[in-house]
Amino acid sequence: MAIPSYATRGERIWHTIFLGICGLVFLFLIGPLLVIIPLSFNAEPYFTFSKAMVTFDPAGYSLRWYQDFFTSSAWLNAIKNSFIIGIASTLLATVLGTVAALGLSSRYMPARGVIMALLISPMIVPLIISAAAMFFFFSKVNLAQTYVGVILAHTALGIPFVVITVTATLSSFDTTLIRAAHSLGANPTRTFFKVVLPLVTPGVVSGALFAFITSFDEVVVVLFIAGPEQRTMPIQMWSGIREQISPTILAVATMLVLLSMLLLTTLEFLRRRGERLRGLSPG
Amino acid sequence: MKAIIRKRVLKTGITVVGLSALAVAVSAHAQQTLNIVSWGGAYSMSQHEAYDKPWMEKTGDEIVNIDRSGNALAGLRAQSQAGNVTWDLVDMLPADAMIACAEGLIEPLDHDELLADAPDGTPPSEDFVDGALGDCFVASIVYSNIVAFNSDMFPEDDQPGTIEDVFDLENYPGKRALLRKPINNMEWALIADGVDRDEVYAMLETEEGVQRAFAKLDTIKDEVIWWEEGAQPPQLLADQEVAFASAYNGRIFNAMVTEDQPFEIIWDAQVFELDGWVVPTGKLDKVSDYLHFATDTQRLADQAQYISYGPARKSSSELVSTHAETGIEMTPHMPTYGPNFATALQKDDLFWADYNDELTQRFNAWLSQ
Amino acid sequence: MSESPAAPLTTADGVPLKVSLRRTVRRSKIKALLLVAPLLAFLFIAFLMPLFEMLWRSVDNPEVSTHLSRTVSALEGWNGESLPDEAAFAALAEDLREGQQERNLGLLSSRLNYEKSGMRSTISRTARRVGTLEPPYRESLIAVNDTWGELDTWKLIQREASPYTMSYYLAAVDLQLSPDGDIVQVPEYMQIHATLFWRTLWMSAVITGLTLLLGFPVAFLLASLPARHSNLLMILVLLPFWTSLLVRTTTWIAILQSQGVLNDIMVFLGVVADEARWQMIHNKMGTIIAMTHILLPFMILPLYSVMKTIPPSYMRAARSLGGKPFLSFRRVYFPLTIPGIAAGGILVFILSIGYYITPALVGGQSGRFITNYIAYHMQTSLNWGLAAAISSILLFVVIICYLVFNRLIGVDKVKLG
Repeated sequence: MAIPSYATRGERIWHTIFLGICGLVFLFLIGPLLVIIPLSFNAEPYFTFSKAMVTFDPAGYSLRWYQDFFTSSAWLNAIKNSFIIGIASTLLATVLGTVAALGLSSRYMPARGVIMALLISPMIVPLIISAAAMFFFFSKVNLAQTYVGVILAHTALGIPFVVITVTATLSSFDTTLIRAAHSLGANPTRTFFKVVLPLVTPGVVSGALFAFITSFDEVVVVLFIAGPEQRTMPIQMWSGIREQISPTILAVATMLVLLSMLLLTTLEFLRRRGERLRGLSPG
Repeated sequence: MKAIIRKRVLKTGITVVGLSALAVAVSAHAQQTLNIVSWGGAYSMSQHEAYDKPWMEKTGDEIVNIDRSGNALAGLRAQSQAGNVTWDLVDMLPADAMIACAEGLIEPLDHDELLADAPDGTPPSEDFVDGALGDCFVASIVYSNIVAFNSDMFPEDDQPGTIEDVFDLENYPGKRALLRKPINNMEWALIADGVDRDEVYAMLETEEGVQRAFAKLDTIKDEVIWWEEGAQPPQLLADQEVAFASAYNGRIFNAMVTEDQPFEIIWDAQVFELDGWVVPTGKLDKVSDYLHFATDTQRLADQAQYISYGPARKSSSELVSTHAETGIEMTPHMPTYGPNFATALQKDDLFWADYNDELTQRFNAWLSQ
Repeated sequence: MSESPAAPLTTADGVPLKVSLRRTVRRSKIKALLLVAPLLAFLFIAFLMPLFEMLWRSVDNPEVSTHLSRTVSALEGWNGESLPDEAAFAALAEDLREGQQERNLGLLSSRLNYEKSGMRSTISRTARRVGTLEPPYRESLIAVNDTWGELDTWKLIQREASPYTMSYYLAAVDLQLSPDGDIVQVPEYMQIHATLFWRTLWMSAVITGLTLLLGFPVAFLLASLPARHSNLLMILVLLPFWTSLLVRTTTWIAILQSQGVLNDIMVFLGVVADEARWQMIHNKMGTIIAMTHILLPFMILPLYSVMKTIPPSYMRAARSLGGKPFLSFRRVYFPLTIPGIAAGGILVFILSIGYYITPALVGGQSGRFITNYIAYHMQTSLNWGLAAAISSILLFVVIICYLVFNRLIGVDKVKLG
């Protein structure tokens, strides 16, 4: 932020203080995530920096917690479950949500506000309430402690994200492009694949990513309705933290931070591509 | 680990001979998968070694261990409500078993019909210790709630030894880790306050007694860290986050002998209780053979090689030998061993069945003050 | 272009244009609805039905009316002034005998034990011996257990005979029905839920305030930087937003615990003594710090998107008209950010009162929320009716906030990332 040339001396001081405050807030936001990365390479089973680590003695660092992770059948099984449940519920949420978003962005959609509020509600209702309610209901209809039950529950939780991102993409969609394509001689199929799809895809994919991360990170519902066969990564972490937090959890945490960096980069890439396609930025 | 396996194989070799008669009896039995619910950790491991491995070898059955005993009653209710009971056998506490039995969630058991006689022919109803056989329940172990301390945190010539010491911040300073429930804490508070062991529960039925227990707990409240998972107390003691911790005696034993931790158990005023099997409704035919096997004299004695919980059969006590991994003598580590047992208190399940709801709410309110 | 008013506009095939238009609109409406229908149906089954079932459970009271049906009808017309007559005792004996045979007295005794401690063993002990009892049952039942000689026991049965009950809701706010049917407070030493509701609300308000305090300057900075720079800094906001909740909670445990990073640094710097390490976790402070961190992006993003739309020229105009910097900011810029503050504030508040994982892991005793008691009643005390009642109250609070949010901002304006 540039300081205007007419700024007084007091303002300049204030401006510096302001930047300092912002710096501290950024440190607060990002610092904790950075602290655990080196800690996960600790050779000792402690949660803090050992003397050897501070002095950069190579003996203070080791990969043993990563090794622990990759040789533990419980963790590997949990990862597998997380991916099975995450991918299945993402697919379901993306298909249902995208189709619904197409309807919602129609000019003629009746009771749009109410329906939208309803579709977003799984994001707003506290997870513990959804989890308790689903536990009662899914037990009754034989879905508790099954993969199908967990997948359906996570689909419900992921849907708002898909609906929000896809409707946002569609609302900025310029319908004259379709007419332009038609007038230039493209048939409807060709128009859909060559014009509509490329413009909508970034929104659908980022909605799907949100849905996936929601499922991948979800503890409470799984805690209530999953059986031991559906133990996911977050559950494994949760019980680990509650009992004794071994540094293996820090190794997992580090890998998850890297995963979120990857997702974030993908999302940023999609956003830029979307803007470029819509001609919003010179790209 | 290898040593255990070798020992296990040798041992099985011997027992297999003795079991051949039984093996013939069950040979008609088709291979199946048994879903068995237990407590996890060292305890499940001991069951796995003592019961499951020989059983799987003998019958070819597959055994799936599920660590859900902490929430077993909720799980049974949910499954029975759903009409889809997936658990075949559940390890739970007698107090929970009483409730589950009254709700019809688990099968009533005819113990003399179902269970094995002692080697000398004593029927189960006489061979099991008092209170081990409930309407729907058969105990396998006697375990104990005790307070342990880290001996490194006290001078060698002044180590704590009684339950009063746990409440004595002046002479034995340091944090205490206690279970975040009224059970055991209320009993210990009264005993430490001078109430006679035999009168503890009668006292707790009165408002005055409850107040007295809370008043005693108040004296250490600021120094208490409350734990909820059985794995926490040994961890907290090992990290020296606390000086004392209430715990299940088996967990402390494991930390002492296999991890060489400097822990000592205060056996004074141990609150002992039983733990054992219940059969979810409709599963009796499927698991009766396994149940017969897993509760016989030899199996219960074998289990004591892996964890310091006392067998619930009198006939097993004589067979208790040494710890499988370290070879130390197990008898002195058992809750039922004479000197340990002198001032023991048996948990009153009927009392807790009635007052747990009320006292827990009161306890939580007291905690959040 | 003059049309005769008598001849309405028609389409090529002669249908009046108005009709044709209406038809097209209706067709488009149906098409739009059909597209949304599968999702609505799905959410109805997988999400709304469970919520309705939970609401129903919070008032459902089948235990006494099903398992003591004879007793209940024998008590009809009983005035409650003296013990009921022999017929009621005989009916009770018959109900218990049948219940003992069918082994379905467990839920009944749990239900009554919530209202009156001791009823569980009263029922189980009586049921076990009821087979051997002889009439007159009034004497023999009281001989087995003198609880049956208490007027309050019978009043309780009569009261709970109704198939619906308010008592779970009353318990959820630390009230109860006295034996005479008046609503009274539970004794002070039993009060827990109301305290927790208030604590949840005020701690959430504190967390919301803190996120605003920390988020406002950052959003302001992001909105006033050129896109090139702000995109880079935005990553610092989005990365925590995308990182697993459990990971972020774990990092705070590692940092704040007494053997943790921050305490170690403080000891190393000599700020605190090794024996007097700060207790920053497993209390209110732990919950507030960790949740402020976790919810901060939810404040920054809406603030940022509102501030982005405020043209910088407004501030310049205010300044050039002679406004002092602070005054211009307060009178011109700040009022324009209020929609963002409202959006972020309500969002953070709604999310905060429903948090369970973080308070459970870092809240210790004093930093627990009401959500932790929902979990407790679901999994440990197994009082599912009470869990449902507490959840319903919390749900009600959330829905109110949500409606306000929807009114002020509109859910379709929510943007992610």
